[in-house]
Amino acid sequence: MKQSIFTIIENRPLSPKASRMRLQGDVSAITGPGQFVDLALDGFFLRRPFSVCDADSNSFTILYERAGQGTEAMTALPVGSKLDVLTGLGNTFDRTEAGDHPLLIAGGSGASPLYWLARLLRAEGKNVTVILGFSSKEEVFYEEEFRALGCEVLVTTEDGSYGIPGFVTAAMDRPCSYFYVCGSKLMLREVCRRAETSGQLSMAQRLGCGFGVCMGCTCQTVSGGKRLCKDGPVLRKEEVLWDD
Amino acid sequence: MGRLSVDLCGIELDNPVIAASGTFGYGCEFAEIYDINCLGTFSFKGTTLEPRMGNPLPRIAEGRGGMLNSVGLQNPGVDAVIAEELPRLARFFRKPVMANVSGFSVEEYAQVCEKLEAQPQVGWLEVNISCPNVHGGGMSFGTDPESAAAVTRAVRAVTAKPVIVKLSPNVTDIVSIARACEDAGADGISLINTVMAMRIDLNTRQPVLANLTGGLSGPAVFPLALRMVWQVSDAVHIPVIGLGGISSAEDVIEMMLAGACAVEVGSANLVRPTACRDIIEALPAVMDRLGIDNLKSIIGGAKA
Repeated sequence: MKQSIFTIIENRPLSPKASRMRLQGDVSAITGPGQFVDLALDGFFLRRPFSVCDADSNSFTILYERAGQGTEAMTALPVGSKLDVLTGLGNTFDRTEAGDHPLLIAGGSGASPLYWLARLLRAEGKNVTVILGFSSKEEVFYEEEFRALGCEVLVTTEDGSYGIPGFVTAAMDRPCSYFYVCGSKLMLREVCRRAETSGQLSMAQRLGCGFGVCMGCTCQTVSGGKRLCKDGPVLRKEEVLWDD
Repeated sequence: MGRLSVDLCGIELDNPVIAASGTFGYGCEFAEIYDINCLGTFSFKGTTLEPRMGNPLPRIAEGRGGMLNSVGLQNPGVDAVIAEELPRLARFFRKPVMANVSGFSVEEYAQVCEKLEAQPQVGWLEVNISCPNVHGGGMSFGTDPESAAAVTRAVRAVTAKPVIVKLSPNVTDIVSIARACEDAGADGISLINTVMAMRIDLNTRQPVLANLTGGLSGPAVFPLALRMVWQVSDAVHIPVIGLGGISSAEDVIEMMLAGACAVEVGSANLVRPTACRDIIEALPAVMDRLGIDNLKSIIGGAKA
């Protein structure tokens, strides 16, 4: 983990709800897809956590959706603004079990950590299918970006205005050696129930510190309590205990 | 003895800054970030007799100038703390640590303290009778002078280490509870634990916290904590540790002027991992600016 000051070099809308932000600074603590960063915002006590969408030698990207006052305020930050960021938080997706044809499933900004994962899996020569789920056609983003990586991309919309009608599970009939999923808790649960293979999920939760000390995000697993910010956010399907 | 040093129940602290229980784990996460030997000391995560998983998620919410938590005393239990956490801590922390203890019966407090009494690394026992997030324990002992005294007496009987009782602000008369603890043999008082609070999500129209309520901490509670430290330090003759929303060197000095002989820094650690170190490093310059030669000389200084 590292705390340092980053400069916003891009902050632009991708859809009515979603935006992309790129920040430049010391990225040495960021080691792989699945990890997250924690941004300090003026006027808000707690930091805001976001999965890293991609990183290079001196910057990283996040995709975020306006979900409350914090993310609303983020959309107004101009290029050149400085942000205090904790980087290198949480664990990473394990690619060793991906097999030849991994399936990546995202709900909305859940696409963020899966983009970097898809890029690495493609570089390893895997056939990657990506399912991107949105509520409607105008909310769709990152379809072309995943396609540009050489992934097969399926889009689902809940209202049927674009792509396959329904939830992401409506597109889960593809050949699949393993799956990776990031989205709402309800979506994670449904995907895990439908999936016939093993897989990994990135679990979002309200965090306190983001680095494992406050116990604000501990969830029960078959292997005991796990701090989602430190022992997660990536969990294996087999270890999750769903509430119901 | 430096100009920052203070005495806490007969043990010298290099400076008055103590990282507060529940915001510092058992030290190892922070030791990866900075050398935590710069602290006065820290109070480790509230420890009970048995392991506890705590409350359902979500356990964290935000308020203006602060945060709410409803963690509910998640901890590995005192035996695991002694077998695993204290030996690990010894590898990177040279100072006596403050052991924060909680329980669900008077006997449980005494049993946990008895086990920790045998640990040479433990300098002080901080007895938490003020956790607002558990039912039938924690705060229920801290909202009534009789129960507060009963816990204090039971702990006093099993330990020679300094006993510091941590009080809840969620009471009508904190002074009477502090006096009851002093009369029952407490060596010090720390205050305040978090303030019982709540948030509602406008979209779901449901409480944000699964536990419905949680404890508010952060800068929002600082003036409330300061007022209570002022009142309690007036009423007792034992040392008072002030905590509640401290996030700067100026806050430390203000709390000491109100009567605190040392301070704890809590939620600031969660949003700025180096908060305690930053505050300690900032103290000398702030003291110079304010014409303060040494911190011991300002304790209760606002009452002169």
